[in-house]
Amino acid sequence: MDVEILSRIQFAFTVAFHYIYPPLSIGIGLLMVVFESIYIRTKKKEYEVLAKFWTKIFAITFGIGVVTGIVMEFEFGTNWATYSRYVGDIFGSALAAEGIFAFALESSALGILLFGWNRVKPWVHLVATWAVFLGSMFSAVWIVVANSWQQTPAGYHIVGEGMQARAEIVDFWEMVFNPSSLDRLTHVWLGAFLAGAFLILSVHAYYIIRGKFVVMSKKAFKITLVVAAVSSLAQLFTGHNSAEGVSVNQPAKLAALEGHFNADAPADLYLFGWVDKEKQEVIGLKLPGGLSFMLHQNFTTPVTGLNAFPEEDRPSQVNAVFQFYHLMVAIGMFLIVLSLFALVQWKRGKLFENKWLLWTFVFTAILPQLANQFGWFAAEMGRQPWVVYGLLRTSDALSKSVQANQVLFSLILFFIVYTILLLLFIYLMNKAIQKGPSSEIDFDEGSLNKEIANVISKK
Amino acid sequence: METLFGLDYPTWWFLVVGGLFSGYAILDGFDFGAGAWHMFFKRDSSRETALKAIDPTWHGNEVWLVIGGGTLFAGFPVFYGTLFSAMYTPFILFLLFIIFRGISIKFRNMEEMPWWRKMWDWSYSISSIMLAFLSGVVLGNILNGMPLDENFEYVGAGFFEFLNPFSILVGVTSIALFMMHGAVYLLLKTEGQLYNRIQGFLKRGMAFFIISYLVTTAYGLFYLDHLLIVFIENKILFVVPFLVFLSIANVPRLASKEKYGWAFIFTSLTIALLLVIVAFELYPRLLWSNAIQANSITIYNAAASTKTLKIMMGFVAVGGPLVLIYSYFVYRTFWGKVDLKTEGY
Repeated sequence: MDVEILSRIQFAFTVAFHYIYPPLSIGIGLLMVVFESIYIRTKKKEYEVLAKFWTKIFAITFGIGVVTGIVMEFEFGTNWATYSRYVGDIFGSALAAEGIFAFALESSALGILLFGWNRVKPWVHLVATWAVFLGSMFSAVWIVVANSWQQTPAGYHIVGEGMQARAEIVDFWEMVFNPSSLDRLTHVWLGAFLAGAFLILSVHAYYIIRGKFVVMSKKAFKITLVVAAVSSLAQLFTGHNSAEGVSVNQPAKLAALEGHFNADAPADLYLFGWVDKEKQEVIGLKLPGGLSFMLHQNFTTPVTGLNAFPEEDRPSQVNAVFQFYHLMVAIGMFLIVLSLFALVQWKRGKLFENKWLLWTFVFTAILPQLANQFGWFAAEMGRQPWVVYGLLRTSDALSKSVQANQVLFSLILFFIVYTILLLLFIYLMNKAIQKGPSSEIDFDEGSLNKEIANVISKK
Repeated sequence: METLFGLDYPTWWFLVVGGLFSGYAILDGFDFGAGAWHMFFKRDSSRETALKAIDPTWHGNEVWLVIGGGTLFAGFPVFYGTLFSAMYTPFILFLLFIIFRGISIKFRNMEEMPWWRKMWDWSYSISSIMLAFLSGVVLGNILNGMPLDENFEYVGAGFFEFLNPFSILVGVTSIALFMMHGAVYLLLKTEGQLYNRIQGFLKRGMAFFIISYLVTTAYGLFYLDHLLIVFIENKILFVVPFLVFLSIANVPRLASKEKYGWAFIFTSLTIALLLVIVAFELYPRLLWSNAIQANSITIYNAAASTKTLKIMMGFVAVGGPLVLIYSYFVYRTFWGKVDLKTEGY
């Protein structure tokens, strides 16, 4: 295998693995803020217990998220040196901004969030929790800005030629608010809320089924269900906006998402299907002219197809892009149906009566995770063969001085280490979940011990 | 070229990046140092105390690496690409040890089993030592220079080229420096028997550092002529090595009086001053080209556009004070000795 494919596999592998964690941190962070805010307002013990329990889970996801995130920052330099030189002005600025304005806030406040319960006043602790959550939201802003610029470059000009060519900023705000930034940012945020919310729903559904921590779990479940329902519905709109943006800014990607080959013909919308690249056709269940209707509110308006682009300028893995995209959409639809159905059951007072509904929630935790992964795979593979759309090809972006055996060596190391990390993550999550939030008695033990210690030391 | 208070923008950015990496070396340096001493503690409770000494703050310290990396990427993209791809293996190893260091701290106390804790203790300590070593190795290679072509691309090859006598010496000196620094930090956070033990460690750490520093300097004086040019041309700059000497000399003096707060200031100052020497040795270069001098990477041919540098100066002007405020607040919250009973979540 050559350096290019190895480097691509390594980056895809490390970034996909990384992306298990930050969405969980953002999503759990949101609910952590909600639980703690309710506790500070109402002083009800169960919300304190909930906040502390989810903080513990948060600590695990955040920790792995941070260490696997630094990997990406370094990989731009190690594996994609030409890319780094080409986009440093722009992409580098966004990364620097992320570090200064977002990561510093969340990482500093994290110490107080995790270890500060006995050291600062409750409201100060709440501020720290908010700071961690907002910091992680800001992180998403800059990272999505950086990636969106790769999809829809704006606010730049090219200086120099050949190996020395580089993109430089002309208008900073135009670069930040490039055509796809806002649609993709809201899509990423909501994807993160869904990942966190459905994990929390899963765990509390499990407790309710097992008859543990039932009262507390029912409260947590209801609050989280509202977040899940709102997010999954809103996701439909951000997703639609994103697709519209792709049709304008990255027509080759849009054509790949729906397997649309004809250069200039009405395009269909597939519920599911299989793309045959050789025959240039899709076998599956479709709404004829559906994509034309979605984009132009008219079933017969032509949509630019893959054949409108030279072979070397279109994504080569059309079927993979198609499948990832359609699986993401299918999961999104399922999440809407599930959370709305649960809301109806709640209204009818039967939310916690159906065992099968609760079991469905237990297993649904994995689905937003998959949707997040699939969505990113569709977005990144659909951008190929470009690393910066229309400007720099992935094959030109490599580090010229790195050799295949070096990348193979690092890829194997990452594979081993990340396998260990994943196993540890599952083990520790499972353990924390099985143990559950400390019950009332557990909870008072700390202060009780302290009182006993005080009495003893006074004697 | 446009200037700000008499200095051009690439020079300002050289100072910003240098400042950030000095901050990182000082802050994560004591974490590395504490980690390097970790296996010298025999009892589980001592190890737990030593870990708790850095647990609430190491995340914040690592931020400096992330910001330093981002500012280097944005400000000197040419250097970023060349250095990271040329030093592929040490950077990948650095990443893996950053991962193991982080998860070891996080996971160690999540289980009671002795084998579990021992496993993470080893992982934490080895990672910390290797992180200190690899930072030094990369620095050593920067000082040493590399063969570069006219596109500033590294033209050497191979897995182990990053390990040369000078880079190994700088690596070992980094371990020693951080062990001294880390021991002083641990003395600020511990008490009782553990405190007494670490006092002994500090003595050995100081000796280790002074010896390795002298050997590395001697080697540099003999074999790396290009580093001396700036000092020979500007004799006044000899004041910096002299300040380093004073700063190092203060550490044992203050340690013998148990004034560890001041000692910590001087170990930090030593780290900063050593990097000031590095900055003088390089400026205005970032990376020496060994074969053909003209291919050296300088702050001018590596820099982002002036517009970008101006925007980022704005980031630093706004964000820098914020970062310092957060850090101040966190350190103030966790000031003083570690108490195993009240910590945790």
